[in-house]
This record gives sequence, C-alpha cells and structure tokens, in this order.
Amino acid sequence: MSTTTINKETAKAPKLESVQSNGKPKTRLEILKTYKIYIGGKFPRTESGRYYSPENAAKEKLANVCLSSRKDFREAVVAARNAQGDWGSRAAFNRGQILYRIAEMLEGRKAQFIEELMKQDATKEDAENEVVLSIDRLIYYAGWCDKFQQLYSSVNPVASSHFNFSVPEPTGVVSVIAPQSNSLLGMVSVIAPVIAGGNTCVVLASFSKPLCAVTFAEVLNSSDVPGGVINILTGKISEIISYFADHMDVNAIVFCEDDAVTQKMIQEKAAMNIKRVVLYNKINWQTENGQSPYFIMDTQEIKTTWHPIENIGGAKAGY
Amino acid sequence: MARNNTLKLKFDSARKYAPAPESRSAAKIKDQYELFINGKFEKPLGKKYFDTINPATEEKLSRIAEANEADVDKAVKAARSAFGVWSKMVPKERGKYIFRIARMVQERARELAIVETLDGGKPIRESRDFDIPVVGNHFFYYAGWADKLEYAFPNRNVQPLGVAGQIIPWNFPLLMAAWKIAPALATGNTVVLKPAETTPLTALLLAEIIQEADLPPGVVNIITGAGATGAAIVNHPDINKIAFTGSTDVGKIIQRAIAGTGKKATLELGGKAANIIFDDAPIDQAVEGVINGIFFNQGHVCCAGSRLYVQESVYKEVVRKLKDRLETLIVGDPMDKNTDIGAINSKQQLDQINKYLKIGVKEGAEMYQSSVDLPKKGFFCRPTIFTNVAQSNRISQEEIFGPVLTIQTFRTDDEVIEKANNTPYGLSAGVWTDKGSKIFNMTIKLRAGVVWANTFNQFDPTSPFGGYKESGYGREGGLHGLGAYVTLSNVV
Repeated sequence: MSTTTINKETAKAPKLESVQSNGKPKTRLEILKTYKIYIGGKFPRTESGRYYSPENAAKEKLANVCLSSRKDFREAVVAARNAQGDWGSRAAFNRGQILYRIAEMLEGRKAQFIEELMKQDATKEDAENEVVLSIDRLIYYAGWCDKFQQLYSSVNPVASSHFNFSVPEPTGVVSVIAPQSNSLLGMVSVIAPVIAGGNTCVVLASFSKPLCAVTFAEVLNSSDVPGGVINILTGKISEIISYFADHMDVNAIVFCEDDAVTQKMIQEKAAMNIKRVVLYNKINWQTENGQSPYFIMDTQEIKTTWHPIENIGGAKAGY
Repeated sequence: MARNNTLKLKFDSARKYAPAPESRSAAKIKDQYELFINGKFEKPLGKKYFDTINPATEEKLSRIAEANEADVDKAVKAARSAFGVWSKMVPKERGKYIFRIARMVQERARELAIVETLDGGKPIRESRDFDIPVVGNHFFYYAGWADKLEYAFPNRNVQPLGVAGQIIPWNFPLLMAAWKIAPALATGNTVVLKPAETTPLTALLLAEIIQEADLPPGVVNIITGAGATGAAIVNHPDINKIAFTGSTDVGKIIQRAIAGTGKKATLELGGKAANIIFDDAPIDQAVEGVINGIFFNQGHVCCAGSRLYVQESVYKEVVRKLKDRLETLIVGDPMDKNTDIGAINSKQQLDQINKYLKIGVKEGAEMYQSSVDLPKKGFFCRPTIFTNVAQSNRISQEEIFGPVLTIQTFRTDDEVIEKANNTPYGLSAGVWTDKGSKIFNMTIKLRAGVVWANTFNQFDPTSPFGGYKESGYGREGGLHGLGAYVTLSNVV
C-alpha cells in the first residue's frame, strides 16, 4: 500500500494545555491527515514542494494542500498514457466491476466524506446527499460500461459487398478540470464517464474544497483501479490550466465552469494538437441531468471497420 | 514457403490501348459563374473574378466570382433568414427537397462527371464510377433521415444548430459538397458553402440543381473564392457551425479562430495512413489494394494508404510485384476512360509533391518511378515508391498528398502497430492478412477512424468517416454524421 496510511505530517502543532506534566497527552492527540496528490497509483507530494492552505467560511484552515506544478501534471500525463492501453483494452465488463468497486469503497467511507464536506461548509444534509449521489452515480456508470457501445454502434448497410461496422473507442488521455462546487459529486460525475469509456485521466480538484478529492484518491487506490487510470492533482486552476489545454499527449479536455475567458483560452490552446474540448457549464450535477451515456460519448471516437464479403459461385442462401 | 510468385506479370500491351476519350460536348461550361446567394446567381460585390483551369491542359475553363467579406455577409444573412423557414418546415417535406436534389444529381451524372474531371484532373473513370454516383447516394441517404431524427438520438430533443459554414477541398469537389450539405439540410440547418478555388465548377452546377429543385432561397448558398473567403466564413459572427475538410495546419487555425465563439466544428484533416501486409496475406490482392490505396485520385486523398508496411518475409515479393504493377499504370489524359492516374490538381500541388520527392532522395531513401511518358502540358507526376525509408524520414511522417508511397518492413505485430500509430494523424489504416483473429487484433489497436481489412479506400453514405488525433474530429456519413449538425437537450 501507499504512503497514505502513514500519516506522519501534522498541519497543526498540539496545543500546550492538552499536555500533562508527565508529557503524556490528556486526551489522545489527533493524527492529522496529509493531503497529497495522486499520480500513477502513488501519493507523492508535489515536486515543487509548494503548498496552500485553503480555509472554510469560518476561516478555519482545512489543511496544507499541494500546489501542483506543470511538472506534476506532465508526470501525471505520462502515468495516464502508460495506463491507457491496458485500461482501454480491458473487458468492458471488468471496467464495470471496477467502477462498482469504487462505489463500494466509497460507501464504506461515507462518514469520512460527509465529515470532510461539512468541514468545507456543507450542511449535514447536503453533505450526506452529495455522498450518496456520488455513490449512486458510480453505480450508474458502472452499469453503462458494457452497454453504451451497443447503443452507439452501428452495422452499416453499405452498397458494396463489404461487412462494415462502427463502434466507439476511447479518445485516450483526458485532462479534467473538476467542477469547483460540488467538490465530490461534481468530480465523480465528470471522471466516471471518462473512465467508463476506457480513457485515462488527469484531474485537477476543486481549489477551494480539495479535501474530498484526495480522500477519493485513497478510495481509488483500494478499488482495483490500476495506477495511472485516474490521477488527481490539487492546485490553482489559473496557474496550471494552460498545460491541461496544450499538452501534446492529451487527447481531450473537460472543463466545467461557466467562464467564457477560460473557455476561450482552452479552445485556443487545444488547437495545438486538435484536442477535443468538452465544456459542461451550467450542468446541475445534483439532478438526473448530471448523468447520461451521452457524457460517455463526449470522450469517445467512432471507428469504422470494413471487410470484403466474398461473392463467388451462383449459390443463393435457399434454406 | 513455396509461393506461386515466380511469374512476372506481363502487361506489355497495357499502354497500347487506343485512346477512349469521353466527349467534352456532353457538358457545357459557361464563360463565367457568379455567386449563388439567396437562390439567385449574383455578381460579386468586389467585382473580382479568378480563372479556373483544366490542370491536364492548363487551359482556362471559366471565370469564377470571388466573394469578399461583404458577399459572405450577404450569404450568411440569406442563410439566417432561410433558417426560420427551413428548420420549421415539416421534416418529411424537408426530406423531399433533398430527395429531389439526389435525383437531379443522378439525372445530370454524366455532365457532372465530365466537369469534375475537366476542372480537377481526376480520371473520368473515377468521377463517373465513384464521385458522382456517391454524391447522388449521399443526398438520397440523408434525405431519408430528415423525418426520423428522434430515432437517431434516443431520449433527447434534437434541434438544428443554425447556419453552417462549410469549406471543402479540391480532391473530391462535389462529393465533399454532398458530404457537407446533405446532413446539414436533413437536420434543418442552412448552409453557406465554399468550394476550393481550383475546383469550383461542380459546386456551381450543384447550385443550379438546387435552384431548379426549388429549395427555399437562402437554404443553400454557394460562394466561391480562396483562403480569404474561407476566413471570412470562419470568422463571421452569425455562423453556428464550421465544417472543414482540408489540411491539419488550416484545421488548427480554424480551431483557434473559433475559440470562445460558441461555434461548433467538424474538422476532417490530414492523414498518413499505414497499409500493412502480413506474410499470410493474399499478396496479389494486397498489391492491388496498395495500388488503389495510394494512387486512387492521384493520391490526393486524405485517407490514402501512403505508408506501406510489409512483413519482412514477403518484402521482396511485394516490392517486385508493386514495381511490375506500377509499370502498367496509365498516366495521362483524365478524360480518357483508360487512364488510371490523371493530372495533379494544380501547379502548386505538383511543386509540393516534387519538393517531397527531393526531400526523400536527400534523406537517403531509394526512389522508384514508373517509366511512363508524361504529357508535355499539364501537371503530371509519375507514380512513385520509396524504399529504404526510415520511420523518422519526412516522407514517412508528413502528408504529401500525391502518388507517392513509402515502404518499410516489420517483423512482429507489436512492432508494426507501434510504427503505424507513431504519427500525429489517425484518419485511416489498412491491414492485409488471411487470419481473422489477427485482423481484429490489428483493427482494434490501430488508432484511426476508418480501418480497412483486406480492402482499402472504400466509402459509402451509410458509413461514418473521420479521424482520431490530429486528423480531426466529428464524423461524416451514416447515423453518426447526423451528430455533427444537431444540438441535443434533455427530454423534459
């Protein structure tokens, strides 16, 4: 297992009054969690050594969170590319099982996510709702893994003597800027269709509410999701988004904010390698409209295969 | 392994065919063509014209109006006001208009084929037997979709996008116009289309057909001009969709230009297709397929099989047979029904091809050309193959868009998959083998939008066409081609 289970770091120093004269804590000292990034199935700190300290509305510091760099992103893309061939060629059934497994693991750690969401200003009711919706969304896409191909494929009745069919295939490596609000549900809603379709991805978590993204990486790490399929970075959108848009080995980019200036910048930079740009603004992830097999198709390519049909002899199929 | 390959194919009489020219008189070309805007042929506001020539003879065929920004604006306004009528028309009636176009294309097929060959240089055999029939079929196919769209997109409301700006290339002039116009009309969009400046004539004949078919004015506008006219279409603020077929470089410019505008795009760009022959392939058929793959339409085909990979054990046999077959190809008058390879589309393109031939030789590849005599006038290029090519050579990385084939060898499946995919493009690929499981291993792993197994360069209106990676996005043809011209919303 990775380093997540060894939480050595503390974000806060222990308060003095909690220490007894014999040096032992009065009550047990809480172990604070280190929020690291997730690349290639491992939990490194950002190579840049930088961090930021997001606060909630009550001005409480949430954690020291990695401020990921361009180099972190590049390494994540390498990990995603290396993982893509295997993930994309796995049986669709197997991908479905793994998505289901993510949901199972998330279900088991519900309490932790609810707590984190509440720490990040959600009410208890909203937090609970967001977590169960996230679990259900994973189940929804787990079910689609081996079905959407049948909906969007076709056998084409060509006029010549050929057998001809068209099927969806993964676009490849997708960079994803997760929605800034709905830090868990939004992220799950945009990642799930990408990986259900056999793509791998590099995700930038919500800047102001990054906790659930890192904890979700721990869920992924224990869910049989191969390392590199989903890579999660934390950091400042404005600082690294241009790399998400112009990296030459990224095939598509997903952006979810209703921000015309950034959308334009992404579309311009995406032209470097004819990247597919998927914009999801104004989608309410909390409703049924936040899920659809059409979202899977946003990061799919249609491949058409031809083969001749031999036409010899005069025999007709007469039976 | 013993093979029945000891005989050298004998085609000694091949070039002694008597000339069999198609009659020019079956088609009439006017001295001058205007812009087709709002159902009428209108003079260009800038009063400028350019010549279109026959690349096989360098003779001028006609004068063509050059649309400037103001003309583009006029055409877009016409398309915008027609959009209200066209998008609200009862779908089955919309479909009937498109059926009409299909029928009229079929009726005028011979004339269209002749003009296509005169203006673009492709062999009459190809324009007669491939381009024009498929144009009619394409309109016919999409006409039938007009009143069935709700079946194409389950659980979604389907709406047209609005005005589509369509910019098409010179390699399949009328066919590309059909590929763009037919699905746009079937889904309720209106169109401003610009054919390439070297091949405007058949699109203008299509404008006549559209006028005769009595389409509501402004539903289809066809305007002519060069790059500046195209740029004016791309940059026009009241266009909702750009459909472009052409080079990857221009595709990138377009993607940048429309950033932040909300315009949707379909880009069908360049390619550098791998055509792969395994040692268990039916070699004679494969050789025919390779010839068709690279020399069809003078190699002016974005999905041309321009990189041949041959498994080492059959390399010598394949190369020898290719060279034999090369010798038999008839290069010359495109109007002759025996001609295999017609004229290169333009002087500019011929220069481009010749530049790559020099680069190939300089890079150390061995060039082999057939010994055919080329006509004294016009733009022609001998069919050419390069052996001793390295993966990194420019001739095996860059799109030449001419009758030039590079040949490399491979040993294993994995090696050839890696080599085939090692390009920024991903439009098409071909594989030749007698083993079914190997076919599927290859067709699944080749990163390309169209994969031909034991065949090459096949097209059909029902079959989606389009690229992976830098070969563009969006599909043309088939059910999937509808998606490029609609916006989908949740059913409420």
